[in-house]
Amino acid sequence: MRPVIPYVVAAALFGIGAFGVLRRRHAILLLMAVELMLNAVNLILVTAATTVRAALAAVGTPYTGHVFALFVIVIAAAELGVGLAIVLQLFRLRASVAVDTVPLSEPAEVEVADGVPGTVDGDGVPAVPGRVASGEAVA
Amino acid sequence: MTAADALLLGLGAVAVGAALAVVTTRHVVRSGLYLVVALAALAGMYLVLTAELVAWVQVLIYVGAVVVLLLFAIMLTRAPTGASPDLDRPAWPALLIGGGAGLGLAALFVDAYRWTTVSFGEPGGVRALGDEIFGNWVLPFEVLSILLLAALVGAVAVSRTDSGSPPDQRSGPEEAGT
Repeated sequence: MRPVIPYVVAAALFGIGAFGVLRRRHAILLLMAVELMLNAVNLILVTAATTVRAALAAVGTPYTGHVFALFVIVIAAAELGVGLAIVLQLFRLRASVAVDTVPLSEPAEVEVADGVPGTVDGDGVPAVPGRVASGEAVA
Repeated sequence: MTAADALLLGLGAVAVGAALAVVTTRHVVRSGLYLVVALAALAGMYLVLTAELVAWVQVLIYVGAVVVLLLFAIMLTRAPTGASPDLDRPAWPALLIGGGAGLGLAALFVDAYRWTTVSFGEPGGVRALGDEIFGNWVLPFEVLSILLLAALVGAVAVSRTDSGSPPDQRSGPEEAGT
């Protein structure tokens, strides 16, 4: 087995995940890109467990990489649960999940009831609704 | 080039292609489905790398639970089923940082490992990993259970309808528990 193959795949996945985090506006797509980055780290851990197994077995922990990969999966699941709760609450409050339109200050007015995105930022700039919010009129 | 190398190359190509589709597609729902393909290909790579338990946990938790959770969240935010033109922000900073991170890491790994070969050891099955976790990593395991409980309570607290909203929108006490 040539360890350079899974290592390079993991590096590519991490780069793609970082690209996705910076590129996407939709908060849930952003969480998906974060999952890609976490999986790249898992692949590196598992490959490292195979590659340096002799050194790990010398100190009595030959499966450290596998165990750490399991821990990362658990932490990713917890992160995703809390993250999706925050995103759904954001959608309930703002009728939009576009991350670059979230006002960092208190909104002047929030229209939630009819779904019409009349949100006004603290700067007085009307928040651009995501495609998600505009799809509501159709529904 | 052994059979394991060929399998790793093929599964890695599938994973990278599906990951690219996840971050570039214009359909929100398709992005989640491409994520299934990428994660399943990664589970196959874990199997080839003799990490059996990690592979099945990947299938169970990621493909089974996480993607379903993501798709449910997409439905709850009322995503359109067609293409969405406004999913993306400007590309060049993302290309710069994502490409830089990916190419830099790949260059590091290629420089470190070249074209060397290693042999597979004993597979990491349930018995081996059970011995490892409950022999060497008991304390992190228990701390993780506390983390999961904290995340559970945190998600419930964040999702409450009477938290985080302005006072005039606060629901009455009779609805607070719903």
